[in-house]
Amino acid sequence: MKNNIGRTKGDKVFNVFVYVIMILLAIIILYPLWFVIIASVSSPDAILNGEVWLLPDVVDFSGFKRIFADKQIWIGYRNTILYTFFGTLLNIILTIPAGYALSRKELPYKKAFMWFFIITMFFGGGLIPFYVLIDKLGLIDNPLVLIIPQGLSVWNMFMVKAYYESNIPGELIEAAEIDGAGHFRTFSNIILPISKPIIAVMILFYAVGRWNSYFDAMLFIHSENLYPLQIILRNILIVNDNQSGGITGEDIYERLKLANQIKYGIIIVSSLPIILIYPFIQKYFEDGFLVGSFK
Amino acid sequence: MQAVEENVLDIKKKSRRNDFKKNWPLLVMISGAVLFVFVFAYIPMYGIVIAFQDYNPALGIKGSQFIGFGNFTRFFQAYNFKDLMYNTFILSFLGFIIGFPLPIIIALLLNTLRSKKTKGIFQTIFNAPHFISVVVLVGMIFLFFGEYGLVNSVIRAFGGERTSFMLSSKWFRPLFIGSGNWQEMGWSSIIYLAALAGVDPQLHESAKIDGASRFKRIIHIDFPAIFPTISVLLILSIGNLLSVGHEKVLLMQTGPNSVVSEIISTYVYKIGLTGSSEPGYAAAIGLFNSIINIVLLIIANSSAKRFSENSLW
Repeated sequence: MKNNIGRTKGDKVFNVFVYVIMILLAIIILYPLWFVIIASVSSPDAILNGEVWLLPDVVDFSGFKRIFADKQIWIGYRNTILYTFFGTLLNIILTIPAGYALSRKELPYKKAFMWFFIITMFFGGGLIPFYVLIDKLGLIDNPLVLIIPQGLSVWNMFMVKAYYESNIPGELIEAAEIDGAGHFRTFSNIILPISKPIIAVMILFYAVGRWNSYFDAMLFIHSENLYPLQIILRNILIVNDNQSGGITGEDIYERLKLANQIKYGIIIVSSLPIILIYPFIQKYFEDGFLVGSFK
Repeated sequence: MQAVEENVLDIKKKSRRNDFKKNWPLLVMISGAVLFVFVFAYIPMYGIVIAFQDYNPALGIKGSQFIGFGNFTRFFQAYNFKDLMYNTFILSFLGFIIGFPLPIIIALLLNTLRSKKTKGIFQTIFNAPHFISVVVLVGMIFLFFGEYGLVNSVIRAFGGERTSFMLSSKWFRPLFIGSGNWQEMGWSSIIYLAALAGVDPQLHESAKIDGASRFKRIIHIDFPAIFPTISVLLILSIGNLLSVGHEKVLLMQTGPNSVVSEIISTYVYKIGLTGSSEPGYAAAIGLFNSIINIVLLIIANSSAKRFSENSLW
């Protein structure tokens, strides 16, 4: 009954218009992803000739077989899993307690700490001094360089702070204090157990960032057996192997065919872990607490 | 009177000491983050001194010779100074013109959907590209827009000629901005959706009773509700008008498109860390860039302060 008030004809037209736009946007976003999937199993000839549009012409996993037979890809996969796991662990250990401490009014020198962090969001040394520092620390070509220097995102820490400020009732902490609990006990016994949503979101943000990053590895890692997956992806997807001298056009075409199939396949293989965890954490985004970090 | 004041001060001091006794664990909790930011954010800030040096890695910061503003004047007079500034500005400006309103429109439209479930499905779809790595994204651009890619197949199907999009300087900006929006427009709308979730439903109900159409309610209820968020993000974007990250641009760069794709950050990387590197010169260019950003941010913020209540500080 209430819902029907003001549902005029104009509103219905508007509603249809909104749906049309949303569905169009969804198609624009999904079609490229869908095409990657169908192209990875179609015959390379059909892809190059532009014969595949909506459905694969065949279902052929030979591209994937070739990907899984490549040792370099496995090494990259293993390295990225290790970098992501230990890196994200460090991120959580640094971010969650600090975000909590910043959310407490009683934090001594709170204002000074806030400025100490805020300044770094707007100003930094830049790429070159950062490189000089890493060099000085002896981290070049050291796997730790992909774990330690990205240990904290100030942005994420402020998000944690905002989460605690708006989601932890003050009475809860007061009650704990009346019971004689110190800050450590309050944090570990009361705060942490109700922090699941923010920890989940932080794990997702940090882990995805680490899984996807390539630039630090490109700068600092020179040994092939330390390469993360994204560097290997970059070499396969983007850096073109044009060093083929004296090869006929037909050979190039043959090679392009196989290479493309592998490219489509490896996009899927490399994104699989993220695709798998994304739906589970997606629900937390709708809670809307992300907005808190802006105030 | 004075005695009373002194007394108050005394009590304050004491309570502060007591506070400290009680609150030091909070300092322990924050110490890791402080140490981390000090090492990886503040020490590089000290490293900026190399911008004023003829820096030689073998001699280090202490051993290298100071040359004052030499690196800066060299950049201002460099043959590519204007091109770098223009390429950076235009790329970010075009990206802003298209990329700033899109998430707002998406959020306003998504917010009109009545069914929470449908809204959720659309959001899941719109957010998905955000999680794709930049290497994969650029890899997809190469695959789709390559000589034998999907786009050229479509063009050929309609009787057109194959175009080498990635080798054309004309297509770099549209591809960079288009792919950026494809990836981020949904994700960027989250912040507006969160602000819209805070709108009192009664406002809409009473407006409906007054006969306001859905479109009118967007203009008069929803839009004002997200206006503060828009202002804050607008200020931040203006502060970023001369900062385009190097990561994606470096991947999209090909020889022929570098006329338009060489921007300040990619040039800093190349001149500072590859080939016969000149770290001092590169650091100076980087510093010049971040100072411009801060000045822009301050100007944007103070004008926002003047014309509305929505400012960063």
